Amino acid sequence: METNSILETIQMISEEKLDIRTITMGISLIDCIDSDGKKARQKIYDKLTTKAKDLVKVADEIQSEYGIPIVNKRISVTPISIIAAASDDKDYVAYAKTMDQAAKELGVDLIGGFSALVQKGYQTGDETLIQSIPQALTETERVCGSVNVGSTRSGINLDAVKQMGHVIKDLAKEDPVNCMSLVVFANAVEDNPFMAGAFHGVGEADCVINVGISGPGVVKRALEQVKGQPIDKVSETIKKTAFKVTRMGQFVGNIASKALNVPFGIVDLSLAPTPNEGDSVAEILEEIGLESVGAPGTTAALALLNDAVKKGGVMACEHVGGLSGAFIPVSEDAEMIRAVTKGNLNIEKLEAMTAVCSVGLDMIAIPGDTTAETISGMIADESAIGVINNKTTAVRIIPDTGKKVGDTVEFGGLFGQAPVMPVNTNSPADFIHRGGHIPSPIHSFKN
Amino acid sequence: MKAILTVFGKDHTGIVAKVSNKLSELDINIIDISQTLMHGNFTMMMMVEIPDTSDFDSVKDKFEQLGKDTNLDIHVQRQEIFDATQKL
Repeated sequence: METNSILETIQMISEEKLDIRTITMGISLIDCIDSDGKKARQKIYDKLTTKAKDLVKVADEIQSEYGIPIVNKRISVTPISIIAAASDDKDYVAYAKTMDQAAKELGVDLIGGFSALVQKGYQTGDETLIQSIPQALTETERVCGSVNVGSTRSGINLDAVKQMGHVIKDLAKEDPVNCMSLVVFANAVEDNPFMAGAFHGVGEADCVINVGISGPGVVKRALEQVKGQPIDKVSETIKKTAFKVTRMGQFVGNIASKALNVPFGIVDLSLAPTPNEGDSVAEILEEIGLESVGAPGTTAALALLNDAVKKGGVMACEHVGGLSGAFIPVSEDAEMIRAVTKGNLNIEKLEAMTAVCSVGLDMIAIPGDTTAETISGMIADESAIGVINNKTTAVRIIPDTGKKVGDTVEFGGLFGQAPVMPVNTNSPADFIHRGGHIPSPIHSFKN
Repeated sequence: MKAILTVFGKDHTGIVAKVSNKLSELDINIIDISQTLMHGNFTMMMMVEIPDTSDFDSVKDKFEQLGKDTNLDIHVQRQEIFDATQKL
């Protein structure tokens, strides 16, 4: 009996808050397509409630028997714009309601895939889906949506960027908190288990299990042991820690996959913070040696963290996927919130950070009077960072009606609270209104 | 199935006896024991064999209850989780 290993594992779980953030079952809905929307929705409901009927039970059993917390049980589905396109439905809100109903019946926390992929142009169904987003996400509880507006291979669809600025404003009008269920992507990945951006790609198997694992606290604690040592040692320590954490994801994914008789897809090790003390990515950056996140050096420290997490994770499991890196959502990270409140961190610095970590401008509250064009400008900038750097970027921002800089938006629970951050008020309207398509970068032509 | 039972808390008399009695009562065999004081705290780890006929959740609940009664932190977890993070 290796007592030190046992103690270390127990400490990682109980004190350093290592958890399986999500077991996400990806389910293809391609075989539910029907020209009669009503029939299609019935097929979707039946497939979801059949394939995922044991998901929550199995996850709860794993949590109980192995003592590792499994925070969320989720489902991702084929982008609904593809599934609903064959019908002549005028809006797709009913599809979102079907997803929501199935999620409630199954007891899963979130269901993602109210999505459209429009990086190069709109197909039948894409326009209808995007127009349905504000109502669909307002009238459902557990549904998440995403729209991919750019890719390295295809460039950036500026028409979609423009439209998404309005969609986010419309969604916020109903209730700003709904905005946390919508992500605008560039280079969206098809096997991401994390919400709100999870959807089940068309190239995936019919049904797979993907696991998202998190543990910023474990990394922070490990770095406390190498204070003052050269940065190479920091990188090495993060790699070793990421390896151990990812092994846990691989282990749980294997068990879940066997118990559910569904192929195991990928493990996504993403350091995803929660508002709980000691579960913060910003604290890792400060442990590396920054007085506050946002200080000069933040981008370099984050680049090192993101890279070392990937290197440790790749060796630890059969298939790494999803986003795998460090998340920097403002509202979900207690130290990030403090840095914003003290004026140490602004949107421009966050944007720079997104060039080197695994996501984008995430869970950021902005003043309610921010125009749709300015939001589109922010989406365009993030997309450009993703497209040029061949990485995923995303925008999940909350323009809270009536709120101004200094106010706070409350999301509750794991989603925390976001201080409203100032946005540059110079207008990008003429640029956004040009519409059209930003061509793909020269380095995308690799054939 | 093999499981690891861990006991942490303030040292006092009769801890090993109470835990062992409960194990015996539940027909659970002890395979290995390690016990020490860490920073003045009682720390014990046991590898045990839970009969396949036993209900894991009920065993776990009984030890959690024993933990509450004796003011100790007692956990039962399947053994494989500990190999998962440490071994290739």
